[in-house]
Amino acid sequence: MTLWFEILLLILLVVTAAGAILVKDLISAVFILGSYSFLLALVWAWLGAVDVAFVEAVVGAGLATIFFLLTLFGTAPKDTHLRRSAPPRLALLGLPVLGLLLLYAAEDLPRFRNPASPASVHVSPDYLSNSLEDTETPNVVTSVLMDYRAFDTLIETAVIFTAGVACVLLLGRKRE
Amino acid sequence: MIEHIVAWLERPNFIAFVIFFLWGIFIMVAHANLVKKLIGMYLVQASVIFLLVTISAKSQATVPILQGTDAVQSESPTIDPDQYSNPLPHVLTLTAIVVQVATLGVSLALVTAIYREYGSLDEDEVLQRIE
Amino acid sequence: MIDAHDSLIVRTMARLLIPLIQLFAVYVLVFGQYGPGGGFVGGVMLGTSLILGILVFGPEESPCRLANKVVHGDGIGLIIFAGVGGLCLIGGGEFLNYSDLEIPWVTTDSRRRFLGILMTQIGVAVDVAVTAISIVFSLSSSDESEQPDD
Repeated sequence: MTLWFEILLLILLVVTAAGAILVKDLISAVFILGSYSFLLALVWAWLGAVDVAFVEAVVGAGLATIFFLLTLFGTAPKDTHLRRSAPPRLALLGLPVLGLLLLYAAEDLPRFRNPASPASVHVSPDYLSNSLEDTETPNVVTSVLMDYRAFDTLIETAVIFTAGVACVLLLGRKRE
Repeated sequence: MIEHIVAWLERPNFIAFVIFFLWGIFIMVAHANLVKKLIGMYLVQASVIFLLVTISAKSQATVPILQGTDAVQSESPTIDPDQYSNPLPHVLTLTAIVVQVATLGVSLALVTAIYREYGSLDEDEVLQRIE
Repeated sequence: MIDAHDSLIVRTMARLLIPLIQLFAVYVLVFGQYGPGGGFVGGVMLGTSLILGILVFGPEESPCRLANKVVHGDGIGLIIFAGVGGLCLIGGGEFLNYSDLEIPWVTTDSRRRFLGILMTQIGVAVDVAVTAISIVFSLSSSDESEQPDD
């Protein structure tokens, strides 16, 4: 039963991505992009990444949609209908070549769902084993994010702050 | 040739990543509307994060939250790392998602500033009005 | 550009939902160490509750005067996070090594690291919430606010 659920989820993912791209009206495309984010969050919860699914559902399906819609509400309706133009020939030829080059490297990557992949054998088992006695935190993702790798999180907080300041510098903050 | 195709089929997450990544880049290049290009950028970032998360999945592994109260209260819990999903790519992904939305906010602020100055979201018209 | 919504149902539901969303956001923030959640999600949900107020009531009405005051504290989250790291330096410790944090009535190293994680999560949540509200204010501002160069 769960196999049908997974296949349905993946088909819905591809369909919503295609819908977000091919729809002519921009506001509809933004809403379909929000539903794509939500389905992506479901896929990640199915793969066992619950923290990531939580953040993606709140941030991708919530905040990104709000930002897009606020931008589009400030424009006139003539701008939200797209016109079709001919795609550039260089992209049509070059991108499949790039795709084949990327797929050529597929054999060196670890197999899907492989417990012995190189990403899982160096530091990660130590984090999983020692997190509980070092920090009394059952959620290993939080303890790695905020304790073992706290520097990354500090600089990322600085990046978020800088993004907020940049928006204020570009646009101002008060209305009328 | 056959072993190439078998290798590709054993890694369906990589095929999905390649498809979404190239499709997103194609949108950024082919469309003239500025907000549509940003939708393409969002798809590119989402595909890279998708690849990061699927690398961390293990077969028959559960979420990386150490099991319940027995693990917390017992003296020396034995934890088998193969039973839990790898938490390190989740950490990178959390950072990447929040930075993605911050970058989206700044790009949309740039698009709004361009719209206020030149009155159009279409890049060909904006280029004409600059000259 | 955003005017207050004039439907009674929407306004009543927003008045009910904003405190519920904030309560859930604080729950997710504090229980981030025992289940999924943590600083980022809690912060974004705190920001979302005030953004809902802005979208339904307009930026000037009474549920949103808090939002207007809050955006003035733009860097407080970063100061909290770096401040906790700096407090670890007191007494000869290393930056951001929570086991050197000097809290008077806490004995074990793991307890200190637990409290350090909790304090930095609060810092991250405040930072993300204020940035989300600030970006929404910027994107919804209008052109007449530009003043001549001083």
